Amino acid sequence: MSIRMRAKEQGGLVTVKALVKHPMETGQRKDKNGNKIPEHFIQQITAKANGEVIMEAQWSPAVSKNPYLAFQYDGKKGDTIEIAMIDNEGKTFDGKGKVK
Amino acid sequence: MKRREFLRKVGFAGVIAAAVSAGLSLPKRAWAAWNQQAFRSKTTSEALNQVHGSESMIDSDKIFMKAPDIAENGAVVPITIQADLPNVESISLLVDENPNPLAAHYQVGKGLRPYVSTRIKMGKTSAVHAVVKADGQLMKATKEIKVTIGGCGG
Repeated sequence: MSIRMRAKEQGGLVTVKALVKHPMETGQRKDKNGNKIPEHFIQQITAKANGEVIMEAQWSPAVSKNPYLAFQYDGKKGDTIEIAMIDNEGKTFDGKGKVK
Repeated sequence: MKRREFLRKVGFAGVIAAAVSAGLSLPKRAWAAWNQQAFRSKTTSEALNQVHGSESMIDSDKIFMKAPDIAENGAVVPITIQADLPNVESISLLVDENPNPLAAHYQVGKGLRPYVSTRIKMGKTSAVHAVVKADGQLMKATKEIKVTIGGCGG
């Protein structure tokens, strides 16, 4: 599980695009033997720009597998973007990047 | 390999694995609690009451939802929400016909523009709501999305 991101500034507006590798299991699918596959999904996301929280999100298992997330904020080239996530198993993962 | 040696090596590997997985979650963050009641709600109105304490909303033509009219694959439905409103506090995305309607909730922090884009799963054809809270007022834009193949079974 990892976060890949790209952040680009244009006219004072930064667009951040992030792709996460995660199964996002709903808990409703069954495997070949008919057993339920337990739910496994990202629950919370925090995005920071230069250390300040710009967005906090909560997700349900209805977000697609290998989630895509894009958002915009007022920023500039060189800003440091940090994205952190935690799933329902308590696993955390981080991504960090600079605005281009 | 002798049994004792084997046990020692496996034991050591276990300790390393534990240390590595602990190290991966390096900066300890204070995570707010995931809104279990809202996300487990079975209806849109129940979910809205859990998130916002209210379900009364007005339709707004300042909220734009970019999404397909027909989603051929319900497992991946791209949805972009944009609000042309000042003082946006949060954006929620709800799918009426999903087992749990609340799909995502975004809390707007400093400098964030009211724009979020993500991809969601839809079990079947449904009304999809973008609920925006701005200046303490709940507003929404709704779009009907037809689903050809559902994204929750399998």
